[in-house]
Amino acid sequence: MALFVLRRLMLTGLMLFGLVLITFVVSNVAPSDPAALAAGPDATRDMVETIRKEYGLDRPLPEQFVHYVGGLLTGDLGRSIVTTRSVMEDLGRYFPATLELVLLSMTFGVLVGVPLGMLSAVLKNRAPDHATRFVAVSLVALPAFWFGILLQLLFSVQLEWLPTSGRLDIATPPPPFVTGMLLVDSVLAGQWATFADALRHAVLPALVLSFPCLASILRVNRAEMIEVMAADYVTAARAHGISRLRVVCVLALRNAMLPTLAIIGLRWGWMLGSTVLVETVFDWPGIGLYAVSSAIAGDFKPVMGVTLLIGVNFMIINLIVDLLYGVLDPRLRATS
Amino acid sequence: MSALLEISGYRLAFDGFEGRAHVLDGIDLTVAEGETVGIVGETGCGKSVLARSVARLVDMPPGCVPGGGIRFAGQDVFAMDQRGLARLRGHGVAMIFQDPMTYLNPVFSIGSQMVDVIRAHDRAEGKPKRARAAARDAAAELLDAVRLPDPGRLLDRYPHELSGGMRQRVLIAMALTGTPRLLVADEPTTALDVTIQAQVLRLIAELVAARRLTLMLISHDLGVIGALCRRVVVMYAGTIVEDGAADVLFAAPRHPYTRGLLAAVPDLARPAHRARPIPGHIPNLLQPPPGCRFHPRCELAVGRCVAEKPPLRQVDGRLVACHRAEEAAA
Repeated sequence: MALFVLRRLMLTGLMLFGLVLITFVVSNVAPSDPAALAAGPDATRDMVETIRKEYGLDRPLPEQFVHYVGGLLTGDLGRSIVTTRSVMEDLGRYFPATLELVLLSMTFGVLVGVPLGMLSAVLKNRAPDHATRFVAVSLVALPAFWFGILLQLLFSVQLEWLPTSGRLDIATPPPPFVTGMLLVDSVLAGQWATFADALRHAVLPALVLSFPCLASILRVNRAEMIEVMAADYVTAARAHGISRLRVVCVLALRNAMLPTLAIIGLRWGWMLGSTVLVETVFDWPGIGLYAVSSAIAGDFKPVMGVTLLIGVNFMIINLIVDLLYGVLDPRLRATS
Repeated sequence: MSALLEISGYRLAFDGFEGRAHVLDGIDLTVAEGETVGIVGETGCGKSVLARSVARLVDMPPGCVPGGGIRFAGQDVFAMDQRGLARLRGHGVAMIFQDPMTYLNPVFSIGSQMVDVIRAHDRAEGKPKRARAAARDAAAELLDAVRLPDPGRLLDRYPHELSGGMRQRVLIAMALTGTPRLLVADEPTTALDVTIQAQVLRLIAELVAARRLTLMLISHDLGVIGALCRRVVVMYAGTIVEDGAADVLFAAPRHPYTRGLLAAVPDLARPAHRARPIPGHIPNLLQPPPGCRFHPRCELAVGRCVAEKPPLRQVDGRLVACHRAEEAAA
């Protein structure tokens, strides 16, 4: 087991290097001059050159790359030209917001998608199955920016049940910074009113973000459950008189969870990368919004930082998924 | 001896894309307590679905029962509610299956699967559920009863770590948990090596004798049936064609199909005496042949065999479904 983890970590390191190389090259072939952007429209040539020297942009690319990687190893992701803070500091500020959103969405997607998939499989080709599949396909097909706005119109404008955007009302006191996730921090500080307000703000964006994920979990889980329910060992379990509830919810589900787990891992990475739209619609100050505003400003260090962060996250999640595979399936434990 | 299992006029059909397949066509079979019955027939003759029907394990839909019924210990199997079914399965009827690899859940340990079954039986019988530790002890005892060495350690192992013979023994142990009255064994040795086959058959024979079980053994192997069963039921294309004592039936088969089946067995003692296959192939059950379902392959078939389905009738000390059973003697 330890050997397996070690091997995976080494592979992960290699993949990370590839990721760094690609993001670095792409951001440097983009036709914009970060130094000129940083200096502003009224800057003289001298000022631009000074900034270029200051950021090391006058050096040859390989040297810049070595410098960048060296910085990475000490946790230095460079400096954002727009915010003038270090990218690391910015990520520390924006990433918790995104993580909070993604965690909420994923939890919702799994808690709703898995049971609905099971229900759909057990009631295969009957009305509830057709209904859930119809809804699932629709949820994947609806673009987040459009669906998000529709929900805002309904719940925020028409019904006035939920706020339109942001993470907290202006009047609500934010909790002291611990994790950066308001829901967690407010609980830690015992500020229940703040918790409720943060939750009200998070509901709509988390829902919109979770729908495609929920739908794909549902579909995979349904397909797997149908296959597993037809397996011989399920017939045997029924023949031994084990209740249908236990057969479906424990004996069959554990087998069906293996492929479902793979989808959850993939969707996690996808979600981190696709929060941009949801964060834009709901004005949620996360890394998606940060990356987009930086990219528009031609400020590439933050974009590279965000890309790396998502990449690292994706790799960690996939490592966890692989380890969970071993927990769920004893056959894999033996071979790894 | 009272009737434990009564199958009367039982018909079973499956609805599929191509239409309705008439898989069982009016099965009449009564099994008394303590009998050992072998059901033999080609693949696809309906013997497995008949076995599964006894514990109501056929999914409906796609299956449906256009007529007839099954009673176990006097109770209508198809009228049972969930609690009745839970008592029937395992406690009344226990099953052993063909391929022991696929009939054990790959992701749970042997112990966990057996504890599940033991606790399910406790619940079905209305007893207080045993604690996991107590159920584990009971599981170890059962593994010991099927002569598996070192039961305590075996409980922590997973199906893929066991050999085929061990897995089949585990499945037999699981079938015994509910102290069943009828043991239905569906091709229990087909997937095993020949040497292991003999061991497993001996184990089944011993358990049947020691626990006074009624046995219903499904097989396409006449040797297996002959070794374990005193009564043989021959099935063809969803019908029973002959039913009688094993020695009577093997010595002087009356149905042309039974004769063909016996002639198709290779005889190791007389290698020169070549096994004769039955010409033709099993009929399409979507449109089964009219009259006797065997008539397209039967050398004795006459006009009446096409027009009229032969009923099971008493001939020469056994039941035969053939219009020309008297002529088929030689």
